[in-house]
Amino acid sequence: MRVALFVACYNDALFPATGRAVVRLLERLGHQVVFPAAQTCCGQMHWSTGYRAEAAALASGFAEVFSGGGFDAVVTPSASCAAAVRRDHARIFRAAGRDAPPLPPVHELTEFLVDVLGVTDVGASFPHRVAYHPTCHATRALGAGDRPLRLLRAVRSLELAEIPAADECCGFGGTFALKNADVSVALVADKVRHIRATAADVVCAVDNSCLAHIGGALSRLRSGVRVLHLADILAGPEDGA
Amino acid sequence: MTAAPRPRLRFADAARPALADTALRRDLRDGAAAVRARRAAAVAETPDWAELRAAGRALKDRTLLNLDACLERLERAVTAAGGTVHWAVGAAEAARTVARLAGGAAVAMPAAPVLEEIGAADALAAAGSTVHRTGADAEFPAVRTAVTGVDVMVAETGAMVLLEWAGDARRCLAVPDALITVAGIEQVVPDRADLEVLLRSLPRSAGERLTPAVSVWTGVAPGDGPAAFHLVLVDNGRTRALADEIGRAALRCVGCAACLDVCPVYERTGPGPYGAPPGGPIGAVRVPLQRGVGSAATASLPFASTLCGACADVCPVEIDIPEVLVHLRGEVVDARRGRPVPTPELAVMRAAAWTMGDPQRYEAALRGGVRWARLLSRGGRIRRLPGRFGAWTDARDLPAPPARSFRVWWRDRAGAR
Repeated sequence: MRVALFVACYNDALFPATGRAVVRLLERLGHQVVFPAAQTCCGQMHWSTGYRAEAAALASGFAEVFSGGGFDAVVTPSASCAAAVRRDHARIFRAAGRDAPPLPPVHELTEFLVDVLGVTDVGASFPHRVAYHPTCHATRALGAGDRPLRLLRAVRSLELAEIPAADECCGFGGTFALKNADVSVALVADKVRHIRATAADVVCAVDNSCLAHIGGALSRLRSGVRVLHLADILAGPEDGA
Repeated sequence: MTAAPRPRLRFADAARPALADTALRRDLRDGAAAVRARRAAAVAETPDWAELRAAGRALKDRTLLNLDACLERLERAVTAAGGTVHWAVGAAEAARTVARLAGGAAVAMPAAPVLEEIGAADALAAAGSTVHRTGADAEFPAVRTAVTGVDVMVAETGAMVLLEWAGDARRCLAVPDALITVAGIEQVVPDRADLEVLLRSLPRSAGERLTPAVSVWTGVAPGDGPAAFHLVLVDNGRTRALADEIGRAALRCVGCAACLDVCPVYERTGPGPYGAPPGGPIGAVRVPLQRGVGSAATASLPFASTLCGACADVCPVEIDIPEVLVHLRGEVVDARRGRPVPTPELAVMRAAAWTMGDPQRYEAALRGGVRWARLLSRGGRIRRLPGRFGAWTDARDLPAPPARSFRVWWRDRAGAR
C-alpha cells in the first residue's frame, strides 16, 4: 500500500523517534511510506480550545495536503489527531459553514495494523515489563478497544502489566493542563500512583501527548519509569542504536 | 434578598481549596467508585441498554422540538385536574412565586436540584416561612404546606413523577393545605406511555435497578391530600439554551448524575468549584448555556474538563457533553475576540495558527523553538518554563526536543538515498 504518514506536529518536534519508528515498521511490513512535506497541524488544539476560525484554516490545510497524492490511506501515530480529523473536522467545517473536503481514510497506527493490514505480530521483541495506558481518544473517541493490547501481547519477551483504573484520564486534556494545572496535576498524580503499583519499567500508549504528561510527572519524581510510544516498541531499535 | 447560587470564582481558583481537602477527596473518590460499580452492574444486566439510551434521546429531542405546545398541553391538563400553573422567567421570579404561594406558612421542602437553582430556601425564609428540609424534622407533623421538585411531568395527564431513594418528598405529598411543585420547563414528556423509557433508564443510570419510592401526583382530589396544587414552571435561561443548536442537547438531561460519578475532574473537586448545582460535566454546560458566558467565572466552566469523554459514554439520553463543551469554548473565545486589546491567549493562538498555516513558517518556528527549548534543558529535560507555560513545569518535566526534527530526518534520509 501507498501510505501517507501524518506524523503530528508535536511528534515532529518533540518525538521524532516515533515518526521514524512508524516508517521503519510499515516499510518492514512491505508498504511504501510517503511523508508529505507540506503537512503541519490538524487544528486539534485550536478547535478544542475554542479557536474555531484558526482550526478551520488548519483543517483546510490538512485536507489540501492529504487529499491529493493518490494515497491508499493516511496513518498517524496519534489517536487524538486521528480523532480530530475523523470526528472534529466535520464539526469544524460545519461551524465554518463549509462542506468537509474528501480525504483518504485516516487511521491511527494500531487500527491500521490490526484492521487494515490484519497484523498483530509484527516480529518485535522487547524484554521489559510494560504497562499500557489506554488514552481517552484511543479508547472513547476512536474505539481502539484491545487492538494495542493484541499488538503488545504478540511482542516477544514483553511482560505486560495492567494499570488499575486504566481507563481514567491522565489529566492532560491539551490546554487543560495549563488552564487547570492544579486539577491536571491531581489527576496525573493518581495515574502515576497506579502506574508505579504495577512495577512496570515502561509505560506505553498511542498518544505521545498523554505520554509527555505522564512521563513529565514520572520524570519529575525521578521514578526511573520510561514512557514510550507503542510504535517505538513494535518497530524495534534503530540501526546503530 | 433571594440568592440563586452562581459561580463567583474562576474554576481553577475555586478548585484549589477543594483539591487540598483530604476528607472531601476521600469521600468523593469512595463515593464515585461505589456508584460507578453499582451503575455498571445495573447496566450490564440490561440487554437493551443501547436501545433505551437511543429511545430516551429521541423522546427528549422530540419533546424539545415542540416544547411550547407540550407545555401548554401540560398546563391544560394540570388546570383540568384542579391545579394552578405559574410561569417564571428567571430564578428570582420563580423563588418569589414559591414564597408568595407559601404565604409565610411553615413548609416542608426536601432537597431538589431546581429548588437549589432558584434559591427557594432563602426566598421562603425572607418571606417569613420556616423551612423544614426533610420529613424527619421534629415539627414536621405541624407543617401544612410542602415545596418539592419533580423528575418528569406528563403533559397528557398533568401527572408529576418523582423517583427517590429515601422518600423524603413522598412523605410531604399528603400535606393538607398546599403542595407547590417546581420544575424546569424541559422536564416534561408528552405522554404517559413515554414514562416506559425513563422509568427504566433513569434508576439504572443512577446505579439502581429500581428506586424504592416512585411517586405520582396529579392536581387535587377533594377530601384527599392537599387542598391546592401549584406547579411553578421555571425557564431561567432554558429557552436561551434551547435556541443554541448544539447546546440544546444538554436540555435532554434527566438528572441521573451518572456523568458526575464518572468525571475525573468532578471526582477531585466535588460540586463547589462549579458554583451552582449540580456541577460536574452537565453543570459545566448547563450554567453557561442558561446564563451566557459574560462573567469570567461562568466562562471558565466549559474549560473545566479534559474532554476525556467518560460522561458521553454513560449519559442515558446520549448527550455528547464534550461536543457541547467545545462549542461553548468557541462561544467564550468569540465573545473575547471583540475586545480592543486581544487576550494574551488569543495572540498566542493566532500566532500559532499563522505559523502552522505555512510549511516554511512552520519549519522556521520549529527550528527556532527547538534551539530555544534545548537551551532551557538540562540532562534531556526541561524543569522550568517561563510565563504561562510555567504552569506545566510547576509539577511536570518536559522532554527536551531532539536536535533533529522528524521532517529534517526524512529529508536527510531521502537525500542520502
